[in-house]
Amino acid sequence: MAKLNMVQAINRALDEEMARDENVITLGQDVGLNGGVFRVTEGLHEKYGEERVIDTPLAESGILGSSIGMAIAGLRPVAEMQFSGFSYLMFAQLEGHASRMRSRTQGQHTVPLVVRMPYGGGVRALEHHSESHEATYAHLPGVKVVIPSGPSNARALLAAAIRDPDPVVFMEPKCSYRAFREDVPEEPQVMEIGKGQVVQEGADVTVISWGAMMRPTIKAVEAAQKDHGVSIELIDLLTISPMDTDKIVSSVKKTGRCVIVQEAPRSFSPSSEIIATINDHALMYLEAPVKRVTGFDVVTPYFGKEQSYLPNERRVRHAIEETIGF
Amino acid sequence: MKMSEHSTIGISSKPKTKHWPDTCDSEAPCHTFSISSLQILDEHGNLDESRMPDVSSEDLVKLYRAMVLARLVDDRTLKLQRQGRIGTVPLCTGHEAVTCGATLAMRDEDWFIGSYRDLGGRLMRGEPIENGLLYYNGHEEGAVFPGGERTLPISIIIAAQCLHAVGVAYAMRMKGETETAVVCFLGDGGTSEGDFHEAMNFASVWQVPVVFVVANNQWAISVPREKQMHSRTIAQKAIAYDMPGIQVDGNDALAVYKATKDALDLARSGGGPTLIEAVTYRMLMHTTADDPTRYQPPEDLEIWAKRDPITRFRKFIEQKDLWDDEQQTDLEAQCKQKIEAAVAAFESRTDFKVDSPFDHVFGTSHTRIEQQRAEFLDMLKKESADG
Ligand SMILES: Cc1ncc(C[n+]2csc(CCOP(=O)(O)OP(=O)(O)O)c2C)c(N)n1
Ligand SMILES: [Mg+2]
Repeated sequence: MAKLNMVQAINRALDEEMARDENVITLGQDVGLNGGVFRVTEGLHEKYGEERVIDTPLAESGILGSSIGMAIAGLRPVAEMQFSGFSYLMFAQLEGHASRMRSRTQGQHTVPLVVRMPYGGGVRALEHHSESHEATYAHLPGVKVVIPSGPSNARALLAAAIRDPDPVVFMEPKCSYRAFREDVPEEPQVMEIGKGQVVQEGADVTVISWGAMMRPTIKAVEAAQKDHGVSIELIDLLTISPMDTDKIVSSVKKTGRCVIVQEAPRSFSPSSEIIATINDHALMYLEAPVKRVTGFDVVTPYFGKEQSYLPNERRVRHAIEETIGF
Repeated sequence: MKMSEHSTIGISSKPKTKHWPDTCDSEAPCHTFSISSLQILDEHGNLDESRMPDVSSEDLVKLYRAMVLARLVDDRTLKLQRQGRIGTVPLCTGHEAVTCGATLAMRDEDWFIGSYRDLGGRLMRGEPIENGLLYYNGHEEGAVFPGGERTLPISIIIAAQCLHAVGVAYAMRMKGETETAVVCFLGDGGTSEGDFHEAMNFASVWQVPVVFVVANNQWAISVPREKQMHSRTIAQKAIAYDMPGIQVDGNDALAVYKATKDALDLARSGGGPTLIEAVTYRMLMHTTADDPTRYQPPEDLEIWAKRDPITRFRKFIEQKDLWDDEQQTDLEAQCKQKIEAAVAAFESRTDFKVDSPFDHVFGTSHTRIEQQRAEFLDMLKKESADG
């Protein structure tokens, strides 16, 4: 067991996968000698060389478009977008090509690639460096969207994403990068994509979150349990798309109450989809309206105001209390 | 809107007679090319008289003062960041001749469209020093300034601004402002983006009055120029778009001024776009979050320190008897005073409106946004009541 932060854990997964399969390569801006601006690819350049760890020219569409070709031709590219805010420059390649190559060729050509990107706020960054726009990617059929919440699941999910037969957008909550450490086993680990995780079982209310929001959510859950003696089932979604609707539905059927916490703007978001799913499959089990704590439908504010706009422990606790007290 | 008779410059309504094929012949081979370069002041401040542009003494001094101010603002900003009084900032030391030299060649009515490495030029355009401090400390209020209608906010998204510049140039011509041009700044890394190439092509097809100034500072964060491109120069990228391209010494403010002035004159006369590569060096870290010791050969800095744009310009104006030590002392004192006043103003600012993001999502009012604003404000009220 080693105590690793999320940066180190992701780095370990990359290292293990590159060691396991020589077709795995990584490419992006500053990922080589510099080890990435967050140091996620630190040391890989020295270990695997320039052919497999590529400092690319500054062009997101170029990075993803060439990764698509590499993937079609048998490599397993792990592309890095320096920040999710710059990933939209590759959107056309992802939507128009990576997502549908399998479908339009009836499975003859496939695009097993991973595109990693730090996302989210809370680190006092410049504009375009703090957005949480997972819904944008989750809306694309043929693209999987994975968001780890801690070192351990980040490592195991990245390994799974690299081995996955289809394009995976892997969004890394940058404010959790170095925020805490976890025990990570020595032997490689793989978690299944498409499955949420029940972090703790409970009977009175289901709380669902993912990514960076898991931390304030866990604190709020602990506080609500302590103050009100409620039994809370906490689900870490981990995969945004395809969503683990079974887990959500069975939990809500059991508890009859649900609170969803997301950093992203509210409209047309994962929480909207969760509520629609509950409506489809568990409406008659509800004892209170599903409540959500979300970002707002505004352009992500510069960091001077971001703390007012980000969901926090207190907001989550209030939502849990209102739901229980309904 | 009044259309001018010049509104169709470069876009002829009838296609010209085409002579196929557009191929090279042996008398004018396509596979060889040469790129002209320009230096007027060498690194010791010696002037090449034959190339000296027509600049008044007053403007020479103005240019020098602008470069010194930019350098001192940069120094102060770095210190503020190191003291935790401001967020992550990109530094502009080394770039003074590029942005100030080019900006001196501009008219007020021209458009300034750039990125985060153009501090000196922005200050010359009238941006208050306080603005940059606000911007880099997380306040939208610092992105714009009164009188900045033709100075677009910093483009953090690399090279996106190149296309905006082309669009603005098109609009100017269509609106009959045929004497107005656009200067667009970007970096060497930016030339790898599709947006840059699309902008070059659009500008070339439309023959719009835009001047692209690429500050080739040898690095895009940790990626050196030779990994960014196989091309030996950036200026040669102009050839593909059949527009003039020139490589200038980017630490020579006179060369940058002259190249920009010539390009602007051409643009104003309907001659279309130009690409200027200004060769310089990023003398500090990419931003305060970067550690160049991981990737930068330290001897580079020694070499480039000797080519400093400000030192050589001072020698030059001293030789011309336009400048002396006393003026230097006064200038530094004045700059420091301005900077301290800006820092004080910045640090005492409290008039930020917490719900302003809701004000500016759209220009029209919508229930969904207003409901969320009410919910947001209510929540903040409760939170402050709870303590
Ligand atoms: C579209 C986009 N991709 C990536 C980034 C992250 N990034 C910020 S600056 C930079 C390097 C820019 O290099 P260059 O264009 O040479 O300008 P310089 O910083 O050297 O002035 C990168 C990759 C960004 N801001 N925008
Ligand atoms: Mg550069």
